[in-house]
Amino acid sequence: MTTLSKPAATPVSKGIRNLERRRRIIMGVIFLAASLFTYFDFSLNLKPGAITRFIMTPGGSSTISPDWVFPASPYLNVIAAVLGLLGAFQIVRGFGKRTYGILALVAVLFIFGFLTWATAGGQTNLAGLLRVMVVRAVPLTLGALSGILCERSGVVNIGIECMMLTAAFVSTVFASLSHNLWIGMLSGVLAGGFMGVIHAILSIKYKINQIISGTVINIFATGITSYLSSKFLQKVNYQFLNEPGLFPQIQVPGLSKIPFIGPILFHHNIYVFAMIFFVLLLTFLLYKTRWGLRLRSVGEHPKAADTLGINVFRTRYMAVILGGMMAGFAGTYFSLGSSGRFDEVMTAGRGFIGLAAMIFGNWNPVGAMGAGLLFGFFDSLSVKASLLQVPLPSEFLGMVPYLATIIVLAGVVGHGQMPAADGEPYEKE
Amino acid sequence: MNPEKPQATKKNGLAIFWEEFSRSNFLIIFLAIVTGIILGGVLVAATTTEVYAAFKVSFWAGLKSAFVTAGNTYVALLTGAIGSPEKIKLAFQSGDALAIRRAINPFFESLVQTTPYVFAGLAVALGFRVGLFNIGAEGQIFMGAITGVWAGYAIHGLPPIIHIPVALLFGALGGAIWGFVPGFLKTKTGAHEVITTIMMNYIAFRLSDWLLKGPMADPNEYTPKTPWILESAQLPQLFGSPIRFHIGFFVALLMVVLVYIFLFKTTWGFQLRMVGSNMNAARYAGVKVASSTIIAMVLSGALAGLAGANEVLGVNHRLIPAFSSGYGFDSIALALLGKSHPVGVLLSALLFGFLRNGARSMQLSVGVPIDIVSILQALILAFIAAPAIIRTIYRLKQPKHTEDIVSLQSWKG
Repeated sequence: MTTLSKPAATPVSKGIRNLERRRRIIMGVIFLAASLFTYFDFSLNLKPGAITRFIMTPGGSSTISPDWVFPASPYLNVIAAVLGLLGAFQIVRGFGKRTYGILALVAVLFIFGFLTWATAGGQTNLAGLLRVMVVRAVPLTLGALSGILCERSGVVNIGIECMMLTAAFVSTVFASLSHNLWIGMLSGVLAGGFMGVIHAILSIKYKINQIISGTVINIFATGITSYLSSKFLQKVNYQFLNEPGLFPQIQVPGLSKIPFIGPILFHHNIYVFAMIFFVLLLTFLLYKTRWGLRLRSVGEHPKAADTLGINVFRTRYMAVILGGMMAGFAGTYFSLGSSGRFDEVMTAGRGFIGLAAMIFGNWNPVGAMGAGLLFGFFDSLSVKASLLQVPLPSEFLGMVPYLATIIVLAGVVGHGQMPAADGEPYEKE
Repeated sequence: MNPEKPQATKKNGLAIFWEEFSRSNFLIIFLAIVTGIILGGVLVAATTTEVYAAFKVSFWAGLKSAFVTAGNTYVALLTGAIGSPEKIKLAFQSGDALAIRRAINPFFESLVQTTPYVFAGLAVALGFRVGLFNIGAEGQIFMGAITGVWAGYAIHGLPPIIHIPVALLFGALGGAIWGFVPGFLKTKTGAHEVITTIMMNYIAFRLSDWLLKGPMADPNEYTPKTPWILESAQLPQLFGSPIRFHIGFFVALLMVVLVYIFLFKTTWGFQLRMVGSNMNAARYAGVKVASSTIIAMVLSGALAGLAGANEVLGVNHRLIPAFSSGYGFDSIALALLGKSHPVGVLLSALLFGFLRNGARSMQLSVGVPIDIVSILQALILAFIAAPAIIRTIYRLKQPKHTEDIVSLQSWKG
């Protein structure tokens, strides 16, 4: 890497070009591997004439769509052919800036091929699978957005988990006491923001290593919520503190009647719509406003930002506190949007998958939602793994998000654009 | 307030000692622990309904009730950790061997609790010394437990003198593999070890779930468990039932010595520490930074793996799901508390081990949830990590040199 940063012009660009070429070819080889896998392992592995039946109506939905029945083998061959063409083109020419979009397409096609193969001879509720995917993506995506807010300003946040947990607890108590879900949600958001304040003070003011600061708040939040929960919320005579209620499902008028897509996307509680809203809002704020430009510049080059008159410390405080509030909002999903009560360590590592989704999504809100949906899909599939026609341990499906993140981090597929000053405390001179 | 300051030339020995002491790390650590314990007491009192009832009577009654509540909690914690003096006295007077063992059991149980902390704390501390943040101790503990338990039940026909070291080595190997991957990825691709070790943790959890249900499941059980390990692989217990104290504690002590010698008395250790304190200088001096990183992660993983093997071979004798909860994060806390020094790690492991064991019986006797220990740990860790907080509270003098509890490699590697 040191040779790359030297000023000599020609070797640098040559080196970068070589690097880009290598990445392009690796990506193409992966596409081709997906194609070959689809053909040899899926298509040739079927009984001749096997039929795949996808149920297109999620359980309990009033918008009925007819089942999708098709012969598995020809469909798989087409998919393999498309994947092969994409791979060949990627190796020869490369898709340039569209590579990530094409990668997503390849992933979708490959997963569809897998499902077609795994369902052949039986049936799978595709709509139900996708609907659960959207639901499972919510805490992951919102957690990733929290991470993006913090890390774009240069503060690493491994405390997303604890912010969620605290918010889940606080929102449960306040919603139960006030019998008002919105007050519960607000209190959860504020609790997440409060954990953000602690993280910000420890890591910005006292300049503790940001990982250690995150560890501190993680241990603290797990401890205090479990302590208070087993002292009060799990006791019989304090049950009134643990009955917050649930946000109701909303059917978007008109849109929810669209066959197949309607029940998957437009019949949810408020959190799914909020996820989409926040992804769009944050994309706009980060890339189209002065506020976002300043936030990103603080994360990329704090000294330059400071020279230009941007208050680095204030920007970072604001970003970490907003990130905490976002994680807090994600945390209220567990109590008010999903289970309707608080249980000890109910976030169960989702904050860390959110962190993974942030990296996988390249520190970008839309990418994070894509990663959240992908991880949510595997989460959803691992629940249903036993219903498939092929034996596939659900544990391995559960590993996919983590493996995928390691692969992305290792730079095998493309190279993550981590904010340059991420994780480094700023010292004003 | 500070009478000796105007006549600084005439300081007596005690004043000089106090001056130095107030600048030293030991005072900070001591005050951090004391402050954490005080705040924990406040929390216990603040979450007890009797205290509020007493405050309604009068302010003093409330205050008294708060002190009594917090005091009772800590007394229960202490007797849970070391045993109650009266019971021990009575047991020794009666001369009944079982009664004596029962009475002194809490103390030894605390040591049992301490043992994995020593291994895991050493693992994290070793990483810190090389500037690596090994958050993956939890996963490495799991892998060590898996490989250790496998060697314990699947390898037959060995005498204990060989089987036990073999099983422990298998445990170390399992952890070492899990540590190698992040180390390798870091040197080859620059993937930061914090993220990769977190991911490796979850992969280890899923892998162990699968192994316990499938390939390694005990066919005679309905719930996912491995078979019992053979008797020849069990770490021998030194006393009769109910004391579970086993020789794993001495293995841990041995590791403290070995890690100390490795870090401070060998060239390898010196090079590793050099990488940790200034990577560029180390590289300039000809130290191979890449291989140092990999070696450190492998050794760190091996130590964490030993923690897992120690638990299955010495305490549980089989592997059950989610057997290690929270050792990973706790070990970060105690490596920091021990200032990444092997002896410091041993002392903080003893503190955490006694706290956790004491808290278990405290939960039963006075009904304060065991999670208070996590809160104490987090508070102590926060104060250790940010000594400025303690200095502000107690108005201590600034240290002469800037203090950095760990100097970690830059986030970008």
